[in-house]
Amino acid sequence: MALWGMVIDLDRCTGCQACVMACKAENNVAAVGAKEAARGRTISWMQVLTEESEERTRFLPRPCLQCDDPPCIRVCPVYATYRNPEGIVAQIYARCIGCRFCMAACPYNAKYFNWLRYQREAPGQNPDVSVRSKGVVEKCTFCHHRLQKARERARAERRDLAPGEYVPACAETCPSRAIAFGDLSDHGSEVARLARSPRAFRLGEGLGTKPKVIYLSETEVHRRA
Amino acid sequence: MPDPSVQRDAALFAPIAQTGRGFYFTLVVLGIAILWGAVAYWTQFEHGLGVTGLQQPVSWGFYVTNFVFFIGISHAGTLISAILRLSKAEWRRPITRMAEVITVMVLFIGAGQILVDLGRPDRMMNVILYGRYQSPLLWDATSISAYLFASTIYLYLPLIPDIAILRDHLGKHRFLYAVLAMGWTGTERQQKILNRAIAILAIMVIPIAVSVHTVVSFVFSMTIQPAWHSSIFGPYFVAGAIFSGIAALIVAMAIIRRIHRLQAYLKPVHFRYLGYLLLVMTLLWFYLTFAEYLTGYYGNEPEEMKVFWSKFTGPYWPTFWAMVVLNFVIPMAFLVRLQHHAVGKTVAASVCIVAGMWLERFNIIVPTLSNPRLPFPAATYWPTWIEWGETAGSFGLFILFYVLFVKFFPIISIWEIREGREVGLKEVEERLLTYLPDGTEPEPARRHTRVPT
Repeated sequence: MALWGMVIDLDRCTGCQACVMACKAENNVAAVGAKEAARGRTISWMQVLTEESEERTRFLPRPCLQCDDPPCIRVCPVYATYRNPEGIVAQIYARCIGCRFCMAACPYNAKYFNWLRYQREAPGQNPDVSVRSKGVVEKCTFCHHRLQKARERARAERRDLAPGEYVPACAETCPSRAIAFGDLSDHGSEVARLARSPRAFRLGEGLGTKPKVIYLSETEVHRRA
Repeated sequence: MPDPSVQRDAALFAPIAQTGRGFYFTLVVLGIAILWGAVAYWTQFEHGLGVTGLQQPVSWGFYVTNFVFFIGISHAGTLISAILRLSKAEWRRPITRMAEVITVMVLFIGAGQILVDLGRPDRMMNVILYGRYQSPLLWDATSISAYLFASTIYLYLPLIPDIAILRDHLGKHRFLYAVLAMGWTGTERQQKILNRAIAILAIMVIPIAVSVHTVVSFVFSMTIQPAWHSSIFGPYFVAGAIFSGIAALIVAMAIIRRIHRLQAYLKPVHFRYLGYLLLVMTLLWFYLTFAEYLTGYYGNEPEEMKVFWSKFTGPYWPTFWAMVVLNFVIPMAFLVRLQHHAVGKTVAASVCIVAGMWLERFNIIVPTLSNPRLPFPAATYWPTWIEWGETAGSFGLFILFYVLFVKFFPIISIWEIREGREVGLKEVEERLLTYLPDGTEPEPARRHTRVPT
């Protein structure tokens, strides 16, 4: 079974936000409007945070970290969020009761809430991704629908899923190729190789959440060492 | 009412027998608050939680604060009443009922807060259909419904003899009382069964009550968020709940005493004894708060310290220091000496504590959420009229339930007061004799002996 993971090279990231826009278009993430954004309700599955350190300002693109031991799924009262066998943390919008316990429990604030009805189904949306109603929690799914599509295609052609066939929108878009994606359990894959890099670190490593989004940074690794 | 025993306690029937203008005035005031709450909730139901001040990352605010607060107040009643009954504290007689009513009424309001907080209240049944028992929210649902069930029965059982008295003597709502009295005639056998049932329930509700606020605290402490993930939270929440519960009980006692002129039943001594209990809880609350914050401070973990300083000097300093003053400084000043003006002093302290404990819940929930680990842009939470309205409506609804109870049922247990006169006095003397060396004879009754129980 594959274990999907992502490696983000912070030394390459320019903070251009292309990943953010690609994600929004791909996943029908609602544009909440200026008024709502000013009230802190922006939904951005992939969010580029800025971190000021002594050496320099650094950008930190933060999708859902797809923890292998996610704190959010432990607290959900209705199985609306769970870790699937391939390690992707899924969110069932049709099940979610909107209690926001998972948001309170996520140490990375990767979950977003539909405070109002931000959008309806409309032409131009990605038909593979359902539009979220008001009152439910949503988050990055590693573009899970792309995996389903790629797998169906492979099955139709009677072959195995090839590496590189399933890539989320953010990784596909990144102009500086800072985002790598693939199977962490495949020792020879690019992500597995990068994850072993001496520059590699994970966010909140001490929390025991075992994120499957791994960051690379020269300075950060030295700072933490 | 020709019966002399009824005549003697006429004051206890008065709130049910007569309805004054004050009652309707109260209804109007409460009605306005409830209407405000209803309009607020309707607006929220129509548009979504976006009409509140909640946002990313402060996804919990007033509603969850109210939830913890109201469930905390519920510990006033059944728990205190059970402890007083089991310890055979004779001074409990006029206050147990008042306490128990608080529990039952406030639990509805507390549990309702979670429904108000849901983004999809229409999917509320998912909790039962697809409930996931690993989630602390399910523990809450279980514990609170068990507590509500036990408390309701615990309120109802000692009410049966009183309902029978009302059925026989009041001449109003006779059908209601006849049904609820369940054929009570006060035979010795009935009384024996009732006493036994009350005793069993009194023991049962104590662990349930303790479990309730423990699992409420688990909602926070089972996460790994700074200033939430703390092993002290269970006992801390239970102590805080009893603390705020006693305060709410004292406020309720004072109001009922004043409005229904029950000074003969609720004497300064009742306030003084509850005041001592409140003083103990004040100290216990301060001790636990001190232990909690000192542990965080000494550990000096960066995430913990962010939350710590946001409370001590940061944006939440007003609510934090108001909490310390209202929960500790003022109550200490009022409660250390209760020889004189016990009623006024305990009531003043209690009003402060009720407000202070609400702030305590707020200080636990909001500062942690507004200090995320990752470098997000700063955000502070401020409620809109929706949350204020919902909170006003919740208080209004609670008080309305209480007022209606007082209108239909005796708020001081009539039969237990009688029992105190007829049986309690003798029992206490006999019990005291068993404490003393054998052969001690009761001295001939002196005029000024004080019975210390």
